[in-house]
Amino acid sequence: MSEPSPKDPAPAEDAESEPRPGRVRKPIGWSTIIIAALVAVSAALVWRRDGSAGVLDILTHDLSLFSGILPRVLAGCLLGAFISEILPHEKVSRSLGPKSGLMGLLIGTAFGAILPGGPFTAYPVASALLAVGADFGATIAMVVSWTLIGYGRAVAWEIPIMGTDFTLWRIVISLPLPVLAGALGRFVYIRLYPKQLAKDDES
Amino acid sequence: MSAALLIDILLWGSVLGVGLIAFRRGPPVFKASLREGSMDFVNIVPRIALGVIGSGYIAAIIPQEVITGWLGPDSGWLGVATAAIAGAATPGGPVVGFSIGTVALKSGGGVPQVVAYVVAWALFAFQRVILWEIPFMPARFVWFRCAVSVPFPFVAAAIAMVIGKP
Repeated sequence: MSEPSPKDPAPAEDAESEPRPGRVRKPIGWSTIIIAALVAVSAALVWRRDGSAGVLDILTHDLSLFSGILPRVLAGCLLGAFISEILPHEKVSRSLGPKSGLMGLLIGTAFGAILPGGPFTAYPVASALLAVGADFGATIAMVVSWTLIGYGRAVAWEIPIMGTDFTLWRIVISLPLPVLAGALGRFVYIRLYPKQLAKDDES
Repeated sequence: MSAALLIDILLWGSVLGVGLIAFRRGPPVFKASLREGSMDFVNIVPRIALGVIGSGYIAAIIPQEVITGWLGPDSGWLGVATAAIAGAATPGGPVVGFSIGTVALKSGGGVPQVVAYVVAWALFAFQRVILWEIPFMPARFVWFRCAVSVPFPFVAAAIAMVIGKP
């Protein structure tokens, strides 16, 4: 298991020889196995209920969906890779790292709120931030902010379906949540992984 | 102009923007990140495929009526808890989630409960977690993020109760 070591910035020139920390993943992890099992059981249930036609229906529908989102996934991956390359690692770990305090959580929240695009950008970029030195707290603030107060989904879906009043009101209610979630994340993380933090401090 | 087209323009515009910055740092930096991004893409595609095709089947065995049923006019904290679970279990994309929220509002669901539902959907909707978050993020981060987020549909409902209706 190679854990991202936030204080281990690889200079840009070394990017070719060294894989960036945190973005090296096992191709098949437990999550993938659990999901595959869930999918197999669900597909079997669909087959029992609707027969092969039902299974094929969903397959063709999802395959066309899949081909539609592939270009966006590529864009998201490129965005994540470029961002992790051009962001100065030391600056990121200073302003979004474990010791960035409330300011780091606020920066994460602001970043999540203004990030364009959908999940295909938010998660690759969040993953890139983790890799270049943001801690779990600031990254949680960013992801939660993107999902709760980001304008993308609100403008495209929530306002047309739920109405402007409800949406704005719901966003106002959600304003404090990303910072709170990030703070709670930090609070729990330090207690769960005290060793990890001590190791980071040494380097 | 459709929202999807606007999103694509913003997205590729951002890619171009940061790509340009990387290019000005020198072609090796640019090439390295281009290769890195493409490798990430190649590695992620099988997981996305599993997520897209898989969540279709999972969604097919959780009918929307079940979710709507959970969002009855059950007021109080039990209603908030049910709404939070319903949000996490809602299959499909934003259209389904927000439509269920609207139906619940119109059919007499309490406002704090609907807020809890929408917030829980945004935080935990299983299809988004399976399809997007797990493939892109370290699994440990995803579970941690979800665990830490558990109180927040309730916090949102509490704020909604205090400040009143929209």
